[in-house]
Amino acid sequence: MTLSMNIVVLLYLVASIFFIQALKGLSHPTTSRRGNTFGMVGMAIAIVTTVALIYKTAPAIATSGMVWVLVGLVVGGAVGTTIAFKVEMTKMPEMVAFMHSMIGLAAVFIAIAAVAEPAAFSIADAKGAIPVGNRIELFIGAFVGAITFSGSVIAFGKLSGKYKFRLFQGAPVVFSGQHMLNLAIGIAMFAFGAWFAANQSWPAFWAMLALAFVLGVLIIIPIGGADMPVVVSMLNSYSGWAAAGIGFSLNNFMLIVAGSLVGSSGAILSYIMCKAMNRSFFNVILGGFGGETAVAAGSKEQRPVRSGSADDAAFLMENADTVIIVPGYGLAVARAQHPLKELADKLIEKGVKVKYAIHPVAGRMPGHMNVLLAEAEVPYDQVYEMEDINGEFGEADVALILGANDVVNPAAKDPKSAIAGMPILEAYKAKQVIVNKRSMASGYAGLDNELFYMPKTMMVFGDAKKIVEDINKAIH
Amino acid sequence: MEAISPIVSNLIIFVLAVYVGYHVVWNVTPALHTPLMSVTNAISAIIIVGAMLAAALTATGLGKAMGVLAVALAAVNVFGGFLVTRRMLEMFRKKEPKTGSAEKK
Repeated sequence: MTLSMNIVVLLYLVASIFFIQALKGLSHPTTSRRGNTFGMVGMAIAIVTTVALIYKTAPAIATSGMVWVLVGLVVGGAVGTTIAFKVEMTKMPEMVAFMHSMIGLAAVFIAIAAVAEPAAFSIADAKGAIPVGNRIELFIGAFVGAITFSGSVIAFGKLSGKYKFRLFQGAPVVFSGQHMLNLAIGIAMFAFGAWFAANQSWPAFWAMLALAFVLGVLIIIPIGGADMPVVVSMLNSYSGWAAAGIGFSLNNFMLIVAGSLVGSSGAILSYIMCKAMNRSFFNVILGGFGGETAVAAGSKEQRPVRSGSADDAAFLMENADTVIIVPGYGLAVARAQHPLKELADKLIEKGVKVKYAIHPVAGRMPGHMNVLLAEAEVPYDQVYEMEDINGEFGEADVALILGANDVVNPAAKDPKSAIAGMPILEAYKAKQVIVNKRSMASGYAGLDNELFYMPKTMMVFGDAKKIVEDINKAIH
Repeated sequence: MEAISPIVSNLIIFVLAVYVGYHVVWNVTPALHTPLMSVTNAISAIIIVGAMLAAALTATGLGKAMGVLAVALAAVNVFGGFLVTRRMLEMFRKKEPKTGSAEKK
């Protein structure tokens, strides 16, 4: 192989540009598929270049080494491919959390390999020791990876909600002195990291890793189920920083570029989610939200609401000019997307204008509801983001709210309310409001929703799928 | 001229990449935030480059084991991430109104 290091780096540069193109493509659905192809080609270039780099670095052992690489590639690739084709769209948050944990653990493993044999990565000095700068970077890459791994495992458990294990349940785990404990563990972790940086000690490295794994668990357990969109975004960001950290320690700029792209992407998503929930990032991280407020919601007096049947709802919508549908996560839980699409088609056939309004936290991860609607073959140009549609509720004859609560609660406009200032879909401005819920139970924020008691609101109680199907039958 | 330390040149690359990432990601439409997350999962699997070096170039049992496992974990994301993203983006394809194809599952 006559491949100079300059060529290797230039090929990595090409792959980096392709990754940027992959993200850029996502600015519109029409360009997104091409973007994804760019991403795949970029990854292929990076992998093939690395194969060439392996042959260049150690021609004698390269072929036997490549056998090991192929073993890992085939096993991991088969697992990844199977999951990608089988996963249900409602389970995307779990899948993403699972994939974050893979990156975190891989970062830890690479760091261990690098400490064990720095010469293999060409980061050892003449005496076989790792330079102090690379030690610090290895420490950072390893601990961020470890936190990403154990944090993602907890997030996965909380999202799937089917495990009995207490730490995997949606309700936050809070105990006194929690923040002090986290702080103490964090300080101890950095102390061991400094020790490792000073003399490349194995015990210090293992101790640091163990503490980082524990810290990852402790950071995520106090965060309630409602805040999962932030957690998933945050771990997305961490997984990127872990990759970048490993890139620093191996002096590999490909890893630094790709890791930074992912890290900043996750950070932006976390920011957007926090903003949509009207919470500060620290407020989410410090956790405990959703537990105590849910208790407070239990004790409230009964107030009269106007309830109606599926037939009433069908009648109202048939005779409307414009209907805006507000889908919430309850809709996805009931698997009502397909009947809903059918309902929209029937209304459109009758000359009714139908639009969907999506709140940024409508699902359990950013953009989740859009994917669920797309899966039901709802055309994306009928689907509107909050800022784009809020001005139209005033003109709409009917707002149909399915399995959403806090995101349409007008209390957000009241400065005294617990959710004051939270951006909401202004469904209360529509001439008629139809709300489908299973019961009068409050949403995640544990607040009563004034919208349900308005004279123009009609409540239709029942399972979203059943109700939407009944409405379909009632429209002729 | 004095040679620049690799730490400094790495830092320059890092800062510029964060800057590019920041501006590109703000342009992503909110409707595609879930595919964004799955494709970034795939992109962060670039860590496979480090994993491959570990799997191929190490000699000790520990180094080899860690390397092969890391390749496998990262490969899950390379394939899983890009393929699930493609599956999702196919759903966002504009469909011709055809009859009878709405029923799936």
